[in-house]
Amino acid sequence: MNKKKVRMQNGITYGIVVGCWILVQIMDKTGHMTSLLKGILVPLCMYSILAISLNLTVGILGELSLGHAGFMCVGAFSGAFFTKCMENILPNLQARFFLAILIGAAMAGVCGILIGIPVLRLKGDYLAIVTLAFGEIIKNLINVMYIGLDQNGFHFSIKDTLSLGMDETGVVIIKGAQGITGTPKAATFLIAVALLLLTLFIVLNLIHSRTGRAIMSIRDNRIAAESIGINITKYKLMAFAISAALAGVAGVLYAHNLSTLAATPKNFGYNMSIMILVFVVLGGLGNIRGSMIAAVVLTLLPELLRGLNDYRMLIYAIVLIVMMLFNSSPKAIGLRSVVMERFKKKKAAAKEAA
Amino acid sequence: MDGQNITGKKTIEINQDGIARTFQNIRLFKELSVLDNVKAGLHNHYRYSTLEGIFRLPGYYKVEKQMDERAMELLKVFDLDREWDYKASNLPYGKQRKLEIARALATKPKLLLLDEPAAGMNPNETAELMETIRFVRDNFDMTILLIEHDMKLVSGICERLTVLNFGQVLTQGETAEVLNDKRVITAYLGE
Repeated sequence: MNKKKVRMQNGITYGIVVGCWILVQIMDKTGHMTSLLKGILVPLCMYSILAISLNLTVGILGELSLGHAGFMCVGAFSGAFFTKCMENILPNLQARFFLAILIGAAMAGVCGILIGIPVLRLKGDYLAIVTLAFGEIIKNLINVMYIGLDQNGFHFSIKDTLSLGMDETGVVIIKGAQGITGTPKAATFLIAVALLLLTLFIVLNLIHSRTGRAIMSIRDNRIAAESIGINITKYKLMAFAISAALAGVAGVLYAHNLSTLAATPKNFGYNMSIMILVFVVLGGLGNIRGSMIAAVVLTLLPELLRGLNDYRMLIYAIVLIVMMLFNSSPKAIGLRSVVMERFKKKKAAAKEAA
Repeated sequence: MDGQNITGKKTIEINQDGIARTFQNIRLFKELSVLDNVKAGLHNHYRYSTLEGIFRLPGYYKVEKQMDERAMELLKVFDLDREWDYKASNLPYGKQRKLEIARALATKPKLLLLDEPAAGMNPNETAELMETIRFVRDNFDMTILLIEHDMKLVSGICERLTVLNFGQVLTQGETAEVLNDKRVITAYLGE
């Protein structure tokens, strides 16, 4: 049955993640982990979550989003803001982190809905334009935002720390371009992998349900979907909001992996959004496992090639081009099917022989 | 529709009122399987919430099973049950048309609109389609409105006929009468 096939495929995807986790544990115990690799473990999970969530928008819903880093930024700052504020009220770091993830996801999801309501009613590339602008606006907004907390409550300003007007007990939480400093480092590899598995669980189950079918039918043919009574705006909005919320989760993970969090073009800018899009396109539109693998490979590669100094980015670029050709050029697809056929024949021959 | 005016209503409201249609240029969900195309049509009649779907609660399994059964029944009617896990875009042309009708039927319409269902079909396929439409009319208890200029199909299955000439109603009535009408013959074949 088709269902069995789907279940097997999903099982393989979960298996890969768990397998990677076990592999890392073994490498760690046997002392094969460099500090460089250790440092990149959480970002690897984070990029995978981002790629999977963007694939929900681009591959499954069929709308182009160029501002995924913006949603990540919203999640990162609201999550980190929460953990900083609650430092005294809720001393347990893990509990605070858990709540921060929920809050980050909710905030990013709300932003997704706010953007989606006007834009997703339109046909065409408007979503790409608006999300692009959203990403830039959020980044700049946070760069001029000052929020402080003292015994009277929150103080807000868009000028500088002094204009917050706090008394001597006050602490500045968001300090404009310097962002949030001293976020606790709560994100471990185990938590990151658990979040990645949760993301996979949500997205894969969503796709293979009534809702996912409605979303994909809108992608394939909008007019026909409308004619059989599927509420287009509702399902578009739902897919986009879930995608944004998952990006928010990745953002919270990011914020709690570093001790300072500032919105720079490097981490939440346009380049970041494009990089996530590259993961998705190279991994295959609508292919969840593919985008996860592409995210891991393309994040690991520049780090592993650090020894080659100047040639690093050259090789990165070549790998990108080769992957692109391998995935989508007609010649490569033909070649791949020939290889697969031979492989199958050999298998069949081996069976007959046995 | 049932004495209500549907002009100006939204497409999905019209569908919920019990009108389903097919398209002259086939509009299937190309990347979905044949079964999923029909199940998409069942969308409003077999419900469970998104959360039930994500967390695989009992409601998901129960309703999905009912959907599968109902969809396979419909596919069997159209002789598509053996191709149920094909991608819709991989079906031959005639079967794509049938699938489109099956999907429209899945929404439980009271009135089914077929927009040139025989367009681009060879005589064999047309004959087969005629059988299918007759079967649907006899077994599903609904009205079918057909737009077509393949005379064999029209004369074969229609009970009432309305002829339009340049946007004006030329005549309407029983099929045999209308087809023998002088004005109709003139409009089609000339003086």
